[in-house]
Amino acid sequence: MSDCKQRGDRRKFLETCLKLGITASAAPFLAPIEKLRASKLSRVDEEALTHQYGMGINVKACIGCGRCVVACKEENEVPKEPFFFRTWVEKYTLLVNGETIVSSPNGGSEGFQSDISEGEILRSFFVPKLCNHCKNPPCVQVCPVGATFTTPDGVVLVDKDYCIGCRYCIQACPYGARYLNPITKTADKCTFCYHRLSKGLLPACVEVCPTQARIFGDTKLRSSRLTRFFRFNEIQVLKPDLNTEPQVFYARLDGTVR
Amino acid sequence: MEKLIEHLYAVMKSVSGFIYPNEVELHWGFLVVIYPYLTGLVAGAFILASLVKVFKVKALQPTYRLSLLTALAFLIVAPLPLLAHLGHPERSIEIFFTPHFKSAMAMFGFVYAWYLMAVLLLEIYFEYRATLVVQGNSSRGLKKLAYRLMTLWSTDLSEKALNLDRKAVYFVTLLGIPSAFLLHGYVGFIFGSIKANPWWSSVLMPVVFLFSAIVSGIALVLIIYMIKSMYRWRPIDMKCLDRLADFLLYALIVDFSLEFLDFIHRLYQSEESIGILAHMIEDRLFVSLIIVQLLLGTLIPLVSLIIMKLKPLPDELRKLIFFLSAVLIQAGIFSTRWNVVVGGQLFSKSYRGLTIYKMELSGIEGLFMGLFLLVLPLVILWILTRFLPAWSDEPALNTPKG
Ligand code: SF4
Ligand code: SF4
Repeated sequence: MSDCKQRGDRRKFLETCLKLGITASAAPFLAPIEKLRASKLSRVDEEALTHQYGMGINVKACIGCGRCVVACKEENEVPKEPFFFRTWVEKYTLLVNGETIVSSPNGGSEGFQSDISEGEILRSFFVPKLCNHCKNPPCVQVCPVGATFTTPDGVVLVDKDYCIGCRYCIQACPYGARYLNPITKTADKCTFCYHRLSKGLLPACVEVCPTQARIFGDTKLRSSRLTRFFRFNEIQVLKPDLNTEPQVFYARLDGTVR
Repeated sequence: MEKLIEHLYAVMKSVSGFIYPNEVELHWGFLVVIYPYLTGLVAGAFILASLVKVFKVKALQPTYRLSLLTALAFLIVAPLPLLAHLGHPERSIEIFFTPHFKSAMAMFGFVYAWYLMAVLLLEIYFEYRATLVVQGNSSRGLKKLAYRLMTLWSTDLSEKALNLDRKAVYFVTLLGIPSAFLLHGYVGFIFGSIKANPWWSSVLMPVVFLFSAIVSGIALVLIIYMIKSMYRWRPIDMKCLDRLADFLLYALIVDFSLEFLDFIHRLYQSEESIGILAHMIEDRLFVSLIIVQLLLGTLIPLVSLIIMKLKPLPDELRKLIFFLSAVLIQAGIFSTRWNVVVGGQLFSKSYRGLTIYKMELSGIEGLFMGLFLLVLPLVILWILTRFLPAWSDEPALNTPKG
């Protein structure tokens, strides 16, 4: 633990040194940027810092109805073609012969049909997917102009008026959570319905899920529904080895899911 | 937008296995293949030039100026494919104004500007100043003004001034070598640092990029030198050609070893992604990777160059073999870039399926645009050589500097 902390300290120290060096050499260019940043910061809602939003997904509860996918597309004006999704549902079918078949026709928005005979199937289940709002987000790291950023309350967003459409972030996301919006020509993805959160509402997908397979909440709050979800379930995240620290947490996730 | 949607439906039909729904659109296409190919040629051509000035390989003197101008011509075009492929090219300037320092790509503008201003233009200035002064003296009117402008009105031809030029060239080249390494190693880093993508993510990526860059740069200068000499009815300097082929061979050996190491390493570590990557190579990249990159672009030239070194054939035959090897190498390196950039997007990050890349013919990301961007540097090079003589036997070069 203390070793970990020490390492963290050292990293911070190195980061500071690097920043100091860069700032010193680029000071004349940086002055206007700093001004801009300061004005941005003053606008930050102090209160936001007290939250860290996240989503829990109860894999066993999902019935693959796809209503979340439809609701998301409507709420967020996501193009309706089957190549652009802020959230989608995958169906996993594990066969008796050990094979795993995964599908997500039209993102699962129209439900699922299967032509595999009952006898061949060991079991099957549905996995809703969306941006993981990683705490250590590779997409934010690579954005050359800072158009992708993390809000103080832990939501990863894209500023569509700033994004240059280089698509580096799409390459860097390990989860396929991003697409290039063909209308705005900028990177796009799930925002946890940030416009709804700021009004005290739940994300659209959470709101419409008939089985409450999606649970939204604040991981910093002791009494949130999400904390309760953590208390009663064993939790996993997707691709933990990549150290992205996802903030979408899965209960009863099967090892085959990527 | 309709065209894009139509295109994506067509792509969807060729998907095999499962890919994430957002992965049907392949984001970095032909233009992004061209970008590292061009910067590679820049770095390679510059390294070749530095062999003359810093490492004193006198035999290569006939190609020195050509290498410099080639580097400049390709550097001018290098950012264009990137710019053309952006969703909002009009916002690209933000990379300079509000760069995000943690992003590898944000450094592009600075690395590029540094290389162009602090290295290439400076070196070309000092190398050509005396020549331009002499040319300016013998012309009039606008032409004279243009020559004077290019010398920045520094017309001193005294031995002391010429000596200073020579020293400056040496120091700029010295600075230029690590800069060229930075320029292209950095492009490799853009890909190598993406941990989400097992095909790209590798510490070796910048080094592999660098050596393949050197290979491609030398091969390109060799091709241009031979064609241009024939075209000018001048004999090819065989000593120079042999040395070029030597360095081409050395760079090719290092490049091949590095890529082989990368390959063995992946195979031996056999990580989770190995299955889908192997499947991708067999199924989607067989022609571009196994046939063009490995067989035609690496092994055949490698063996030919080694044979030429061990048992040199008569000049004419040797010339032909060098030329063909260089052309094959060029095709091989282009395939390398293709296999990295496009290959890295043909498999799903779910490791469960493959998609395809369908290139359009027209349009900003299409084949014609790409070909245009590949030919453009050669046109620029031709224009540059109108003003800046590239050949040591051209009269304007017979300045006091020699
Ligand atoms: S899931 Fe992808 S898009 Fe979302 S924060 Fe993580 S890396 Fe970024
Ligand atoms: S596409 Fe936009 S958000 Fe993504 S990295 Fe490029 S500029 Fe940033």
